[in-house]
Amino acid sequence: MPRKAAEASDQGFIQILTPDGQRHSHEFYDAYLQDVDDQMLRDFYRDMALTRRFDAEATALQRQGQLCLWVPLRGQEAAQIASGRATRPGDYIFPTYREHGVALTRDVSFSEMLRLFRGISGGGWDPRENNFHMYTMVLAAQLPHAAGYGMAVNLEQHGWDEARRAAEGEAVVAYFGDGSSTEGETHESMVFAASFNAPVVFFCQNNQWAISVPFEVQSKVPLVTRAAGYGMPGIQVDGNDVLAVLAATRWALEHARSGKGPVLIEAITYRLGAHTTADDPTKYRKSAEEEAWDPKDPLTRLETHLRDAGLVDDAFFEQLAADGDAMAARVREDAMAFPVPPLAEVFDQVYAEAHPLIKEELAWHLEYEAGFADQAGNEGK
Amino acid sequence: MTTFNLPDVGEGLTEADIASWKVAVGDTVEVNQVFVEIETAKSLVELPCPFAGVVTELHAEEGQTLLVDAPLITIDEQGNKPAPTGTPQASEALATAAPVASEEPGPLVGSGPTADSARRRTRLNRPAPSESGKRTAAARAGSTPSALADQISRRAQDLSAAVAREVDKRKPAMANFVDRVMAKPPVRRLAKELNIDINDVVGTGTQGEVTREDVNSYNAQRAAERDAAPMYWQKGASEETRIERIAVRGVRKATAKAMVDSAFTAPHVSIFVDVDASRTMEYVARLKKSRDFEGIKVSPLLVLARAVIWAAARNPSVNASWVETENGAEIHQKHFLNLGIAAATPRGLLVPNIKDAQDLSMRELAIELNDLATTARGGKTKPEAMRDGTLSITNIGALGIDIGTPIINPGEVAIVAFGTIRQKPWVVDGEVVPRWITTLGGSFDHRVVDGDLSARFMADVASIMEEPAMLLD
Repeated sequence: MPRKAAEASDQGFIQILTPDGQRHSHEFYDAYLQDVDDQMLRDFYRDMALTRRFDAEATALQRQGQLCLWVPLRGQEAAQIASGRATRPGDYIFPTYREHGVALTRDVSFSEMLRLFRGISGGGWDPRENNFHMYTMVLAAQLPHAAGYGMAVNLEQHGWDEARRAAEGEAVVAYFGDGSSTEGETHESMVFAASFNAPVVFFCQNNQWAISVPFEVQSKVPLVTRAAGYGMPGIQVDGNDVLAVLAATRWALEHARSGKGPVLIEAITYRLGAHTTADDPTKYRKSAEEEAWDPKDPLTRLETHLRDAGLVDDAFFEQLAADGDAMAARVREDAMAFPVPPLAEVFDQVYAEAHPLIKEELAWHLEYEAGFADQAGNEGK
Repeated sequence: MTTFNLPDVGEGLTEADIASWKVAVGDTVEVNQVFVEIETAKSLVELPCPFAGVVTELHAEEGQTLLVDAPLITIDEQGNKPAPTGTPQASEALATAAPVASEEPGPLVGSGPTADSARRRTRLNRPAPSESGKRTAAARAGSTPSALADQISRRAQDLSAAVAREVDKRKPAMANFVDRVMAKPPVRRLAKELNIDINDVVGTGTQGEVTREDVNSYNAQRAAERDAAPMYWQKGASEETRIERIAVRGVRKATAKAMVDSAFTAPHVSIFVDVDASRTMEYVARLKKSRDFEGIKVSPLLVLARAVIWAAARNPSVNASWVETENGAEIHQKHFLNLGIAAATPRGLLVPNIKDAQDLSMRELAIELNDLATTARGGKTKPEAMRDGTLSITNIGALGIDIGTPIINPGEVAIVAFGTIRQKPWVVDGEVVPRWITTLGGSFDHRVVDGDLSARFMADVASIMEEPAMLLD
């Protein structure tokens, strides 16, 4: 049953699963958690644990020179898995470069996520297959895309009544971070989305650090309060609480999908690791701060909850660890085996349809490549 | 055996220091086991091992800096332990590990990768892509494609020709650049601000460059001398200080003894000759520009040195020594020439010599002269460098002096002094023209070298200074 926007915005900081694993009822948001059963909780944990294991493997691969760069997400698993799981397959998602957990919920394989970071692809997957856009490296560049996509959805669904929109309508989720929140594009996108009632959920993972810039430098007020300025509902949620994130995102998508316009969600979380493998957080933040966030770890609290509720036993975690290692080994093998695509492939990706100039340039390129004496692998290092 | 090379763990890092090894040769490692901690310009990073097996070699020592892509660790994936006798030492591999000199400035963060060792792929013997392909860029520009392509390639040719011309034009200026004394820009600026000609400052840097300290100490000494001058006469006010007593020690003492020995045992005869050294100046300028002499300091002294060697072969009695033996005196005429160069050094006057100078090419001689001067100015001349000289030259022109009477280095029988070279009016074919003129002075031990012989020798030296091409005879 849809709830009113004013009420949603009025709930303060949403937390349903406390750091010590206690699940509290929530007057407003429990309605959005009716279908959450034991199996779903276990699946949430599994997704989060596998994502974390994958993250560790990718970091190792970078340290071994197999990836140019890696962007770790450790600490942000709940915000990503739960918000991703709140979407429908028809919804379109615009990620930053850190949304490996969201990607998992959209059935992008872990291995595919490495192509970009291995430097052999501009994307790595076909965004049309999973409605999961390519990672965007430029801060906030994906937000105008999301606003535009949302406006296009409105055009396509023009004339639909609310019931049809609720049943078949599409929505957009635009991910960004506290660092991107101060980019000009973020502002413009929110203005456009609000003005045109675009069905966009602006999902901010506020992980407290924009590389080395702490959040208090980024904003004097909680980000969620900005929503009011754009005339959209704003929800602040415990980003390390898988249930709160699920409920809030579901409400926001419902709101957007039904034609009522965009929503801003600020998920309060913490980047437990480095910004990227090229970053060293010990240079700008104290270990005391990191330790203070450890008890709020999204995996720990769900594990505590699952164990306290008797929903899992040790065998569950052992099996999961083994599955994680097997997955990691497979990902490693896949990544190493990715063929280096011929340079000629870039000519396929410029225009949607055949283009005479591109065709001519491709022919020139092929002739050039064929002009070398050593023909062993025309792209090799 | 699989060798893991140092990866770029940041974005565009070029090197890393080995902070600490977490494994030793012979250890078994698992995939992703942390085996080393490295420190980059960005961070301290633990590296997980990409292979499982037994460590057979660590290619660097802790604290050493490795370039990205240099071998780091070798692992036997079959798990064979290395032979007990051959416990490889990290140091054995240093040569291959491309170590980086620690004083080299580290890269700034993200300053870009090391240049690839440029290896151009060989092209098949056929033309590069056809004109039709090159036209593509032009197609969009609206002009007829081939015309534009032609235009572009013509432009490119014109441009590269223009660049080549410009480079040629500037080469002489560049030669001065290459020749000048080494110093960092802030040090040059400091010297300029202090109104010091940096060429006058003796460099003590690791590469012989003039350092900030050198300039400052030069300035301090100059200031002290200047300040002291007005005070000098006042110091003689009291009886005790009217005469300052300075103990004669070290090089001063040795110099004094050598000069006395020489002057009072060898009856000196001195002769002088004015020389038109214009051709020598031209020749030096040509050498400076030549690729073979790139980075080598070339001066007229080099030509003089060659001239002396050449002339000594024609007049061998100047390259000799007077030796008193039990059976009376002997003249030892040398079939080799250890060419002494008198040099003012921080320790005083020294005359180190270039051994077997007769065997050196012009280029080798230039390098030897440079080394000798640098060593002497640095006060690092070794005693053996000053032994067994056979004939010396002294450049007294550096301070603008035209000529003087040199005193023979003890044990030798001749010395050639070289005055300053400056433009003077000179009569050529009845006309007065400006020419580069210098004066050569020679002193000879009359016991060995008679007047006519010394005159012939000096004339030969002068002839080379006037026409260095004669060296080619």
